[in-house]
Amino acid sequence: MIIPLSQEQMLDLRQCLERGLPLVSRPYDNLAEQIGAHHDQVLQQMQQWQDQGLFRRVGLVLNHRALGFVANAMLVLDVPDALVDEVGNRLGRAPGVNLCYQRPRRLPQWRYNLFCMVHGREREEVTAHIQRMLEQQQLSDLPHQLLFSTHAFKQCGGRFTPPSSQVWAHG
Amino acid sequence: MDLDLLSRQLIERYQHGMPLCAEPYREMAQVLGCSEAQLMRCLHRLELAGSLSRVGPVFEHTRAGASTLAALAVPVERLEQVARRVSQYPEVNHNYAREHQYNLWFVLTGPHRQHLRQILDELEQDTGLIPLDLPMLTAYRIDLGFSLGAHP
Repeated sequence: MIIPLSQEQMLDLRQCLERGLPLVSRPYDNLAEQIGAHHDQVLQQMQQWQDQGLFRRVGLVLNHRALGFVANAMLVLDVPDALVDEVGNRLGRAPGVNLCYQRPRRLPQWRYNLFCMVHGREREEVTAHIQRMLEQQQLSDLPHQLLFSTHAFKQCGGRFTPPSSQVWAHG
Repeated sequence: MDLDLLSRQLIERYQHGMPLCAEPYREMAQVLGCSEAQLMRCLHRLELAGSLSRVGPVFEHTRAGASTLAALAVPVERLEQVARRVSQYPEVNHNYAREHQYNLWFVLTGPHRQHLRQILDELEQDTGLIPLDLPMLTAYRIDLGFSLGAHP
């Protein structure tokens, strides 16, 4: 039986994880040392969090831009509320769509309620890809806009955990 | 950057489903048929090139806390300055300029919704600009990483 981490150790571990695993052979030994625990305790906690669905995915987190995917478009659509689930599910399965979310309208400033992200190497290709996709799905008549990004001011992982202890200070 | 075969294999195979064990890189190397040292060198190279942000979990924000997508319509001559102000918050993890009247888009994450609201109110007071606050209502597709091949 492995002793569970204390609440404070759990918070510290989450903060470490938000910054990424160390690129060393035994990364959890390293994290365990940072939070004053044994690596078995850390791995047990990781497995629990995984089982509870706290992680969306575990693996490589890439920077699209550095990999040459510099054309990053946010497609926003104004879909009748009664149809948004159906359209969202369809677009969410379409090739090249990385992310598809329903978000609230903010009328009169913002009418769009469905958001898709599409990454590509060149802007013209991404535009053509999205136009083809909307035609194939017979959605071209829906009011929509393409918002290309022109500059990334900041890009890093989410920081959910409030600063609590010494780990933050070393950050 | 040009990617060698191992980098491509790593990217295609391990944006999710990385093993949770004491020596994850060794297990990944076994699956990909290389040595652990080769795999670690590859990860270091990707990191140095800026292609790899980090390795590890991406938190499910509906369980890990609160998150929202926010936007500001910033007069062009103030864009840099307002963007810097926005990026200062550790709660801001993505902050992009986009071509639109709403030209600054950023993602806020925090322990709870009220915390995010406070930041947006602060930004509104500081900049005189009213942010759009667009929290996710339904996810039809979540980001599970992306394929090098399946993109335009």
